[in-house]
Amino acid sequence: MKYALLSTGALIASVAYGTMAVAQTDLTMWYHGAGNEVESNIINQIITDFNASQTDWKVSLQSFPQAAYNDSVTAGALAGNLPDILDVDGPNMPNWAWAGYMQPLQIDESIIADFLPGTKGVWDGKLYSIGLWDAAIALVTRQSYLDELGLRTPTLDQPWTKDEFMAALDAAKASGKFEYAFDPGMAWTGEWYPYAFSPFLQSFGGDIIDRSTYMTAEGALNGEAANAWGEWWQGLFTGGYAQVTQDPADRDGGFAAGKYAFSWNGNWAALGALKTFPDTLFLPAPDFGNGPKIGAASWQFGVSASSQHPDGASAFIQFALQDKYLAAFSNGIGLIPATPSAAAMTDNYKEGGPMAVFFELSAAQGMLRPVTPGYIVESKVFEKVAADIANGANVADTLDAAVDEIDADIAKNNGYGH
Amino acid sequence: MASISADNHGLRLVVRYMVLTLVAIIFIFPLVFMVVSSLKPDQQLLADTSSLRAFLPVGDISVDNYYAAFKRAPVGTFVLNSVIITGVTVVLSLFICSMAAFSFVFLKWQGRDLILSIILATLIVPFETIAIPLLLLSSKLPWIGAHGLEWGWLNTYRVQIIPFIADGLTIFLFVQYFKDLPGELIEAARVEGATWPQIYRRIVMPLSGPVLATAAILKFLAMYNQYLWPLMVVQQEEYRPVMVGLQYFFQLNRAWGEIMAYLSLITVPVLAFYLVLQRAFIASIASTGVKG
Repeated sequence: MKYALLSTGALIASVAYGTMAVAQTDLTMWYHGAGNEVESNIINQIITDFNASQTDWKVSLQSFPQAAYNDSVTAGALAGNLPDILDVDGPNMPNWAWAGYMQPLQIDESIIADFLPGTKGVWDGKLYSIGLWDAAIALVTRQSYLDELGLRTPTLDQPWTKDEFMAALDAAKASGKFEYAFDPGMAWTGEWYPYAFSPFLQSFGGDIIDRSTYMTAEGALNGEAANAWGEWWQGLFTGGYAQVTQDPADRDGGFAAGKYAFSWNGNWAALGALKTFPDTLFLPAPDFGNGPKIGAASWQFGVSASSQHPDGASAFIQFALQDKYLAAFSNGIGLIPATPSAAAMTDNYKEGGPMAVFFELSAAQGMLRPVTPGYIVESKVFEKVAADIANGANVADTLDAAVDEIDADIAKNNGYGH
Repeated sequence: MASISADNHGLRLVVRYMVLTLVAIIFIFPLVFMVVSSLKPDQQLLADTSSLRAFLPVGDISVDNYYAAFKRAPVGTFVLNSVIITGVTVVLSLFICSMAAFSFVFLKWQGRDLILSIILATLIVPFETIAIPLLLLSSKLPWIGAHGLEWGWLNTYRVQIIPFIADGLTIFLFVQYFKDLPGELIEAARVEGATWPQIYRRIVMPLSGPVLATAAILKFLAMYNQYLWPLMVVQQEEYRPVMVGLQYFFQLNRAWGEIMAYLSLITVPVLAFYLVLQRAFIASIASTGVKG
């Protein structure tokens, strides 16, 4: 009798499971986190929870290494092979939306009302992507350095001015204690340059593109403010405050080895710095005249244009926006959770937490990179501008040439839909 | 006079060995650095780069990076995939390209020189220029597999093998080599009544050891180092080769020790393949040099 009951129960369960499995429509998802075990575990947990939470959809995941992800998506789009759900680096989203890789999200936007601005991917007035986290940059130093050099500790309300920042670099240089006063991170080529260095330009009052029209860089990238930025940027290297050519090993370990007094680095490196120096400080960006700025927007989730089930894909993304998952990502890989309520659930970003300052920095100083499909070209042009000027190129000529290149690209692409 | 000559000979020998030793050191140091670094924790690895310690297995030595590498990525799967893709491509390439070259050199048919010229002209076409058309084609090609007729080759081994079986360089190598084989051998075989397939199998190929080794090594290296193509056509982890797998280790905070461990591991098949074929490879280079 007991076996009969068990058998019957097993039969019912298997039929029920089979029915559920049949009823669930498959959704595919691509994610950039291959090689990061913690990140993969969290995304897999979200998928498992989502698949178990309802009977309509079943998400399956393919992970890609981050460095190969964008090329894989582009190739997938060409071959008509995109998944239902994909993730996208925030500044690339407008290009993917414009190119027809993505479609607008179908989620209740009231639930993202208190998300950090940098986590919302809006293009052409529509929400295309949403992030579970943001990233932020700070001026990393040590309290003991500030004390030894007799420097004021800047705050969000009172960041250093340009003069104060340069005085700090002068003091560090004059102390003779450091190989270089400042480590902007020259070894990290690629998107790091526009992400980390264009906020300096914007703080001077310039920009990569004229954001009022997104049709030209004229005046923004070669105006008076941009030239002032260029001269200042070049002066960092000619003045011996920073090194033009940096060994990647120095970028990774130079601050910990005491080679630099100040390092321009992101929240992802903060825990390591705190572990090395418990008195590590994460200072706000200096104000070069037009307000202190740092880059905003990190990886976000979206739905591919070719998805036959955008409702299911959006349902998954909405499911993933729960505070517990935002907090899990933050605790796992050190990212800034998208909401204050999720931040309160984390070890590092809760009030009084060792990295809480990054949440405030992101909210107060975060500035999106130009929201335009042309950004993928503009970012490369700016990277070259920053590198060339650092290497001694004529500032005005370099900026003029960059403006020509950006404007030509915009014209070639018929204004990128602006 | 005789003693002076002996001294000169000895001096020349010393200089020669010193130069050879220097060259050997230059070539071997990167490998030594890679293997030694794979045994060090990141902090020590980075700190040692500024001194000769970078080449010495000193300090906190362990195989932890190897354990971590296997934990971070399915290293075994990537290596197996690359060995399968590379091995099958090399074997098929040697077979197909040598047959094509045999036809170009020994058979008389109309348009032979023109076709050979066209094939050789493909040597100047970079793969990047045909990658996208090839991707579009591959995504729509049919295949008869275990589930009957299927459309699209993406996420398979075949899409990483078949486009690279025949190539201009390999055919060119075989053509040049076959042209230098003694024509009398082929004529004698024809007089004796041998068919062309028999001549290919029993006369030409047994004499082609050096060119087979050269073509195999060049093809092996090209295939083993494939990155762009598999990146474009493979979205599933189970088909990824080693070079795409390397990207698993380039996270925001790079694990240099694990990268070195991974590189050490994926270098093993390359070294093994080269060591097996090195005598034939050197013989091929030597013979090519003599012919001038």
